[in-house]
Formats: sequence, structure tokens, C-alpha cells
Amino acid sequence: MTEVLHETRLVVNGVPHTARVPARRLLADCLRHDLGLTGTHVGCEHGVCGACTVLVDGRPMRSCLLFAVGVDGAEITTVEGCRSPDGGLGPVQRAFQDCHGLQCGFCTPGFVTTITAWLREHPDPTEEEARQAIGGNLCRCTGYQNIVASVLRAAELQREAGGP
Amino acid sequence: MTTRTMGEPIPRREDPRLVAGDGRYLDDLGRGALAAAFVRSPHAAARVLDVDVGRALEVDGLVAVYTYEDLEGPVAEPLPLLIPHPRLHAGRTAYALANGVVRHVGEPVAMVVARDRYLAEDACERIAVSYEPLAPVVGLDAAVAAERTVHDDVPDNVAARMVQEHGDARAAVAAAPHRLELDLAIERSASTPLEGRGVYARWDAADRSLRVYSSTQTSTSVRFALAAKLGVPVDRVEVVAPDVGGGFGVKIVHPWPEEVLVPLAAMRLGAEVKWTEDRREHFVASAHERGQRHHVSVGFDDDGRLLGLDVEFLHDNGAYTPYGIIVPIITATQLLGPYKPGAYRVEFRSLYTNTTIVTPYRGAGRPQGAFVMERTLDAIAAHLGRDRVEVRQANFIQPEEMPYDHHLTFQDGRPLIYDSGDFPATLEKVKKLVGWDEFAAFRDEARAAGRRVGIGLACYVEGTGVGPYEGAHVRVETNGTVVVATGLTTQGQGHETAFAQVAAEALGVPVERVTVVTGDTRRFKYAVGTFASRAAVMSGNAVGLAAGKVRAKALRIAAEALETDPDDLEVSEGMVRVKGAPEREIDLRTVAVLANPLRYAFDEQTKLATQFVVGRGVEDPPVAEDDEPGLEATDWYSPVRSTFANGMHAVVVETDPETAEVKILRYCVVHDCGRLINPRIVEGQIHGGVAQGVGGALYERLVYDENGQLLNASFMDFLMPYASEVPKVETDHLETPSPLNPLGIKGAGEAGTIAGAAVLASAISDAEGFFVDRMPISPSELWALRERHARKEEQ
Repeated sequence: MTEVLHETRLVVNGVPHTARVPARRLLADCLRHDLGLTGTHVGCEHGVCGACTVLVDGRPMRSCLLFAVGVDGAEITTVEGCRSPDGGLGPVQRAFQDCHGLQCGFCTPGFVTTITAWLREHPDPTEEEARQAIGGNLCRCTGYQNIVASVLRAAELQREAGGP
Repeated sequence: MTTRTMGEPIPRREDPRLVAGDGRYLDDLGRGALAAAFVRSPHAAARVLDVDVGRALEVDGLVAVYTYEDLEGPVAEPLPLLIPHPRLHAGRTAYALANGVVRHVGEPVAMVVARDRYLAEDACERIAVSYEPLAPVVGLDAAVAAERTVHDDVPDNVAARMVQEHGDARAAVAAAPHRLELDLAIERSASTPLEGRGVYARWDAADRSLRVYSSTQTSTSVRFALAAKLGVPVDRVEVVAPDVGGGFGVKIVHPWPEEVLVPLAAMRLGAEVKWTEDRREHFVASAHERGQRHHVSVGFDDDGRLLGLDVEFLHDNGAYTPYGIIVPIITATQLLGPYKPGAYRVEFRSLYTNTTIVTPYRGAGRPQGAFVMERTLDAIAAHLGRDRVEVRQANFIQPEEMPYDHHLTFQDGRPLIYDSGDFPATLEKVKKLVGWDEFAAFRDEARAAGRRVGIGLACYVEGTGVGPYEGAHVRVETNGTVVVATGLTTQGQGHETAFAQVAAEALGVPVERVTVVTGDTRRFKYAVGTFASRAAVMSGNAVGLAAGKVRAKALRIAAEALETDPDDLEVSEGMVRVKGAPEREIDLRTVAVLANPLRYAFDEQTKLATQFVVGRGVEDPPVAEDDEPGLEATDWYSPVRSTFANGMHAVVVETDPETAEVKILRYCVVHDCGRLINPRIVEGQIHGGVAQGVGGALYERLVYDENGQLLNASFMDFLMPYASEVPKVETDHLETPSPLNPLGIKGAGEAGTIAGAAVLASAISDAEGFFVDRMPISPSELWALRERHARKEEQ
């Protein structure tokens, strides 16, 4: 019983990678274990918690529900790619620190990627919109209070910096 | 001038790493390690007749398969019963791998090690286990009936029975002018941290040493457990808790079967082995809590004063009792909250069922206790036609009665004596915050608009900071860095920040200079763990004491160097100065150099130090008999008994007249955890606790069918609240410092969770006009209750 491997090309956070993976290799496992990008976390393996959310060609998707071979050729952004161009923390990441938007931090990468994508289309959200924006991600530590605040703060930081 | 850091809401030091994806959680470690996976029982009760691994051997990449037959010595014996208790007369624990019998779905039967997890699971699927299924014991009724047993040698399924009594409660109830009887129940839930458990082990054959990383709430105790189980000398075992993705109690249990077996495989194979728990495994093979049924007999006077309170309850402890009977003991004692009944009797039975084990989950028996007490007081208020607030006021322990002795024994085996608290003041604050007195007008307005609203109140007292001890080591490096190490672990509480604040304040250095290490036995070998809202109290004080010792040593050395008296010196911003003569100063870095008589000139500080002559005569040894080199110290904090934090929650809910959905309009918390180290961290703990309380009250329950199958072992079916379910949390604080410890801290980790079921039941009852006696409550259950009460009224 030996598995067939498939060559898969992914551009992750702007860097091209080639991985030889079995067809069943999940994108989350490929990112974490084949490419060593362990910032993407797996919380439930069935697409409910959102911790593994990455951006596939700019759109937030659950990497535990995608096969790596299924996104061959895609551009992927993980939490590691949500930094600002100068290498410092990106606006969403900074907002989470400013607002105490995390405790254990395990779910945070999925929130950071989700919010990064969402703010592109909603640069000036209300509190209610901010709450809806994170409505598909689970956090067991914070009670979401400060994550809502982080969304608003990230929007503010982005506006200060002149857009996303 | 002193450096103020205690009490400041400074941003967390750990965050830049964690928000950038640079955290190091268990599964982020050990790239390339072999992967373990487990064959687990699909039956709640069965005999294991045979394990056939033949077909698994065809899997390319399979390395090893282990069954019970492959275990020998201590690892083949049952896992330890961590906290024995004289009342736990029939404590039972599991084997690391099933020894002929399985007693709950998820119990491990075989371990597979393979090149990666996919292949390990392929092999698991190909292992054929023959079972003889047995009829399981599921639910408290079946456990009590004992027509079938979970353990052959426990014929009544009773693991423990315990009675505590102060005064003659039954006589007091019988003699009281008013009496009520209530049945109150809470269902099963679970901690469910976003990161499950995980173990990664490395065996160094040359050094004959073992390093284990575990997603645990107690690395020091895992170390001792592994040494005992695997026959490795303790000083050859290191255990590290890396970044831990939440715990909430479940990760205090140790050693788990997997925690023993993965290192065993690493030793046998001479290879790195890792196991990361998946979500389904977490639901069936870790631990649950909360499931209890209570019967209350209460006698009271015309003012609602409790004359006698008699509580009997049943606790479902699942298939085994590795963690003893901590949870029901806490319910039995903490049920009393801020009140002082004339006489109190409590009796519980802890019963075996063929379900996942039950161990503490945030709140640990207190949510049930608060639910029982607060529902009882609400029932008394309704019976007497009095305001719920008045009935509580009539029963409060008063501030001048502190310390207050309940004449009971707490979970730590010590007297249940409250150290501090001002309950009437807390009540006033929460009444004001929620607008208790103005609610009637709001209700009328809502009613006029066809809306149903209700208000609820619930109070609790929480024993925090249980002993026996924590310790800390503090060292000032010659580059000025202050390194703090404490043995307890961190799973999101911001210890890197909070303990740095304590050390910075005690030493007089900027907080930026302090680094903190937790949960690494290479750095600190003795600790208890992070649970029971104890970390800030225990390690916070240990860090403060150790830093105080370092400061005293620094003053002594600096006094010699500056030719003055230590009492004339102060430390601020990392400089030791003569009070009133700030030009006479010496940098702590220089003091650190002077503290070590061996002064190779590695750096500029060492060169600078040569200008100071610290006087030990040529006839004296360079290090005095009672001294040691280096500017560092270790100290310990060991309290005589627990501290007691307290709080009160008030909520306003709206229930939908058609769908019976419950919407929380306001959620207010007033909390007294003594002195705060970092208010924003405390606030965060309360927010998260409230979310878990709301989850436990309205959404979360673990549902077993009659065969002992957990029907909702996934996040699709076990409804943890999303942002849409958690209301905005309004908070206020009261600080009555604990007299028991130098920092006056009382602990805050669990507080937010405790009152959830009690306060929401109170508010829903208020909105609906009938009594809610079990939680959680779903819209369909509330709807059914409405129907039942409507029928009753018609009759």
C-alpha cells in the first residue's frame, strides 16, 4: 500500500512553493507540516471553528476542508502573510494586541485572516457589522468582546495608514 | 520615585508572537516526528476478546502497534488516582490501553505509530478488534438503579458518598415556619479548548534522557508521573508545556493514557513521536463535567432567612475517577455562596456510568452549587412574595463577620473560612449597574409593546488560590535583564505579562526588562499547576517574594559599594540610589556583576564594576558561608488556606413569545478578586468566563443515547457560542484585598462562568412567570415548559 504523490504548486504569502503530496493531503496539513507554516491552526477538522482560515486568491476559506491538490496554482495568504510590508505587525494583528483581542491565541490566526479579507470590502464598519464579520469563527477564551473591538480598531488603523 | 506596574492595564508581552502566527503550540513542534494514532472503543461497555493487527501490517509507513499485551511494569498497571479521599471508597482508574474491558466510548485499545498521521489512521482502520458488547450504564437513573454495573467490584455503582453538616439542618427545616422542596439539575458540558490535548516525546539514547512536550496545565507533575510510569529517573525527564491553546480544566488531568504511551513509544523506538488529539477524540476521550441532580429541603422565616438547608445530590463521575471527587466536594461547600444558613447539611453520592470521565471544568462544581442556592433563594422570594434582592440581603454574611467560618471542610482539606468580601456593597453595585430598581418600569413598557422581559440576579463566592504552594526564581543578569521562572503553566492567562509586572514592581525595574518562563521543568522543577483560579495568587506572590529577596541582596551589595546603609537606599528604574542624594547611584547591572566574585571581563558592565571595591577581607572566603554567587533568589508561597473571591451577575433577557428564543439584553458583572495585577487581563478573564457561562446555560450539553454513544461529538452539534450568542458584558469591580497573601490577590480565572446558569434561569423564570429548575434550556424546552404551565393554569 503506497500512496501516489502529486506535485502541487502554491504561492504562499508571495513565495512560490512546490510540494509533493498525496491527493488526500489537506491544505492545512500541507501548509503546516510540508511548508512549515505553523501559524495556521486546526481546531475541529470539520470546518466549524474557523481557526484554519486562510485566504485562497484573496477569499477566506477553511484549509481543513480543502485538499492541497485542489488549490494547485492558487495564491494563499496565511496569518504569517498578514504582516505589514515593512515586516512589522499588520493592522489586524496590531489591533488584536491593542485591544487584548486574544488570550490563548490558538484561534487568533483564523480571525486575523478572516478580518483582513473582510475589511477590504468594509473599511468603515459599525460595531454590529464587526460582530457579524467574526460570526463564523469560534473563540473559547475571550467571549468575543475584545475581538469585536479589534475589528473596529483594525479598520481605524487601516484608515490612518491610508487604506488596506 | 518608584516604578508603578502593578495594577496597570499594560498590553500583553506574549501577543506580538501569537498574533503573527509565531506561537509554538504542541502540534507546531516536532516536524518530521513519527505520528501516533489510537484505536478507540466504539462501545460504551464491552469485553475485548481479541485485537488482530494483521491487516495493519500492510500499511506502508507503519512503524509499530501497541496493545495492552505490549505494556509491562508500572505502565501496565492502572493509571494513578491523583487525589484519593477517604470518602472515595471505590475509586477506579483506567489502564493506559484497555486490559480486556472497555468502559466508555473512546477508551484507547491500541496505539499505532507510523510515518505520518494519515498512515497511522489507515493502520488504525485495519486493526480488527473483537468485542463482546455489554449493556451499559448511562445516566444517573441507571447508575442509581444499579441493575447493571460499570465495575464488577462496585455493585451499587457508588464511587463515593460524603456528608458534611453544621448544626442540625433537618431539625431546623422541620421546625421552620416555611418550607420548600426543590429538584434542580444541570446537564453535562465540557471545557472544549480550541486546541485539544497533545504530546510530543524525544528520547535521547546517548544521554538516557526523555524530553516531553505536552499541552498540559501541569508540566511538573507530568514529569514525576512519567518517571514513575516509565521507570526513568526523575532527573532524566524534562517536561515542557509550550504555548497551550486553552485548558479550562481538562488539561489538569495527568497523566493521560496518551501522555504515558507516546513517550513509551519514543523510548522503545528511539525516535521522536507525536500525537495530536483530534476534535472527535477530544469529545469522547478527554473529560466532561457539570452533570448533577440535586434535591433541596429548605426551611426559612418570614424574611426569607435560611434556618435550615438540607441538600442531597447525585454526581455522574463517568467511567473512572482519576481526579478523585474534587468537583462534588466543591459543589457541596461552595453552594453556600455569600450566605449563612442557620444549619446546613449536604450529602452527595458520586456514581459510575459508562461515559467519558468527569473532571473539573472552569467553575468546577460551582456553577451547579450557585444554581442550587440561587434558585432556592428565588423560590423563597416567590413563596413569600418578596423581592429577590431582599431575600439575599437577609442572608448575607456581613463584612464585619470576616473572616467567616462555615465549619465545613473545603476541597483542599482545610477549613472553609472566607478571608474577605463585602457582599452588601457588591450587591449595591450590581443593582445600580443593571438598574434593578428601575426594571419594573421597563417591564411595563415592554409588556405594553407585546414583549416579554425578565431580570435575574445570582451571587457566588469562589475559593481561589488553593495551595499547597508555588515557587519562583528571579535573577538579574549582568546585562540588566531580569529572568523570572515559575513552574506553573500558562494557557492564555497572560502570565508572561502579569508576573513581569509583579517582578518589576518588587525589584524597581522597568517591566520591559523582565522576561518570564512558565511550565518548563528545565527552569523550575516544583509546581502544582494552573487551575482553580490559583496562578495569580500562588505564583504571583511567589514571584513577588523571590523578587523581594533579590532586591534585599542588591541593596546589601550596593550599600557596600556606595559605603552606606541598605536602609538609606532605594531602587527605581533599575538604579540603586541613596535616598535624597540621587547622584550616588549604582546600576543594578553593576550590582549583578558585583554579586559574582568571578569577574571575567566579558562585557562593559564587568569592566565598570572594577571601580567598586566590595569588601571581603583577604582572610575571608570570596563567597560568605550564608551567601551564594549571583544576584538571584528562589522563594515560595504556601498559604494556610484558600482565598475567596466573590461576585454577582445580573442579566436582563427577552424571550420570544412565539419561538421561545432567549435573547440577553444586558449582562452585568460585579466582581471582587482583591487587588488586580493587570485589570485588562482580569476583564478578559471575566468576558471569557461569561461566554462559557452563557454557553452552559443556553446552548451546550453533551447528549448520550441509551447505548452510551455521545450523539453530538462535534462542533456542528455541540453548540459553543459564536459572537452572535455572547452579549456585551458590562463590568464593575470591588477590591477587598485578601489579608492572606502579601499582594492581596484573590484570583479571577473562573469567576465569569460560575453564575451563568443561575442568573439566566432566574431571568427566564422572571420573564415567563414559572420556575425553571434545570439548565441548560433550549428554545424547544422553554416552549414545552410554556405549554405545560399553560395546561396547568387551565385546570
